Amino acid sequence: MSEAVIKTDKLTKRFGDFIATNEITFEVNKGEIFGFLGANGAGKTTAMRMLCGLSLPSSGEATIAGFDVYKQTEQIKKNIGYMSQKFSLYEDLTVLENINFFGGIYGLTDKEIKTKSIELIEQLGLQQQAKKLVASLPLGWKQKLSFSVAVIHEPKIVFLDEPTGGVDPVTRRQFWDLIYDAADRGVTIFVTTHYMDEAEYCNRISIMVDGSIQALDTPANLKKAFKAKDMDEVFYELARGAKRSE
Amino acid sequence: MKQFLIFIKKEFAHVIRDRKTLLILFGMPIVQILIFGFALTSEVKNAKIVIMDQANDISSEQIIAKIKASRYFEVEKTVMSHQQMENVLKQGDIRLAVVFPANFNNDLLHHNLAHIQVIADASDPNSATTLTSYIGAITQDYMTGILTTNNIPYRITPEIRFLYNPQLKGAPNYVPGVMALVLMLVCVMMTAVSIVKEKETGTMEILLVSPFSPFKIIVSKAVPYLILSLINVTSILLLSVFVLDMPINGNILLLFAESTLFIITCLTIGIFISVKTNSMQVAMLISLMGMMLPTILFSGFMFPIENMPLPLQVISNIIPAKWYYIIVKSIMIKGLGFSAIWKETLILVGITVFMLVISLKNFKIRLS
Repeated sequence: MSEAVIKTDKLTKRFGDFIATNEITFEVNKGEIFGFLGANGAGKTTAMRMLCGLSLPSSGEATIAGFDVYKQTEQIKKNIGYMSQKFSLYEDLTVLENINFFGGIYGLTDKEIKTKSIELIEQLGLQQQAKKLVASLPLGWKQKLSFSVAVIHEPKIVFLDEPTGGVDPVTRRQFWDLIYDAADRGVTIFVTTHYMDEAEYCNRISIMVDGSIQALDTPANLKKAFKAKDMDEVFYELARGAKRSE
Repeated sequence: MKQFLIFIKKEFAHVIRDRKTLLILFGMPIVQILIFGFALTSEVKNAKIVIMDQANDISSEQIIAKIKASRYFEVEKTVMSHQQMENVLKQGDIRLAVVFPANFNNDLLHHNLAHIQVIADASDPNSATTLTSYIGAITQDYMTGILTTNNIPYRITPEIRFLYNPQLKGAPNYVPGVMALVLMLVCVMMTAVSIVKEKETGTMEILLVSPFSPFKIIVSKAVPYLILSLINVTSILLLSVFVLDMPINGNILLLFAESTLFIITCLTIGIFISVKTNSMQVAMLISLMGMMLPTILFSGFMFPIENMPLPLQVISNIIPAKWYYIIVKSIMIKGLGFSAIWKETLILVGITVFMLVISLKNFKIRLS
């Protein structure tokens, strides 16, 4: 077996009486594309925030790239990339300026930033738009750019929180090509999504219901276990029992 | 360090690309200084008055000549009846009427007592008070003139000197006030809004996940506004020296040092507001209402603090602008050195440290 880069053991987050994530335990291996599924309000984002060091767990253990989520958040931050649901590049900066800024913040040298930005712009086909404000790009391109910026420092793990919300199927497909590229380079992908076709693209997926992980396996095995013809049915079977929703 | 520079460069790019912010940032101080300088002055110049001279003798004529010579008054016309006088006062152009009764000279010389009636339009009480006191001063002046000829043994003449501002110009009062107001607004509002904006657009989350520490984020957010505010201080001072003829009597380096301190105080308040709010509108409202109003009310530049009820006087002590206003007045107008303002400086330092500590305590390093 390959090494695990994300390990959690009974990781729990409470907000007062409300248990957002309840004792979740799983492992994600290096270079794996791990799908993190669940209905709205199931606790996906909370779990992800704990793994990124944005939120302190109430109890349980977790290590990211070998670093502890309680004590070693600084080291964790150097080893992860993050892309949130909201589009989060600076709209009033140009494509190049955004790349330079985030490259700089992640501590790349000027030379690295230069080669990276040329490479990145070529990969995304943004040569014409490099000096235009990000605000003028279509959403699909913005998302692709955000992803590329999130992995600009070649992190060990990248967390994607519903990265393809509101994007058309063709662009989504292209987006996933970028994800595969990154995974081939050895970057571990941790992705949440609502699209079941995307779930099929993942190596393994977990499905969360009401704060707990109810299923965790490869898409093929899950379909077999639930005697379902596609992931939609699996998800529906599990999510039907959910008591809370947004 | 390099990360810092990259961040600061990015902040400048935000400011420069946003025309509205730029306009507020650099337009507001200039407009305010000019408005306060030329429109809102407490001096009354060239007030239109009427004179009703029923005496028509040598004394009344001499006094009228003195009034006419003064640059505060412009004698519009001489009226003949009370009815006429009332009519012109009602029209509102005329601010004041002076009435000399018949036998003015006679009363003065033989009874040693003569009366002048001064009727002022008190719908604007401040200028009415000012104008009547000018008339009082003119008659006083005339009296001392004739006293030297008729010797009276006991005499007390108050020799009044208006220190630091002998011409009683308005500028010395409001330039420090506008400086306090503008810096307060620019620093508090701009910093608060620029930090909250990152929260609103979600970029704050990305920054917090990055290795760039939250403390550094805050500092690099504040530095650009510190620089921009110093530019503002410079432009206000240039305007007041070259356009409003107001000299800087004290040490200009000290003035800049104290201004930097006040700017930092304001920045920490801005940071505190941004820590406590999540939307740009709320941040803007709090900065405007919570900062501008108390600054105008309690800094002492519009309303004298000494006249306020005790509780309000106590409240005024926590307004940083009050202390900065005192400092700027001391340096600019009185030309005093640091030994005269160390207490005020210390208070500003105290407020700054306090705000910084509670902001850092409240700053959510983790977004949950």
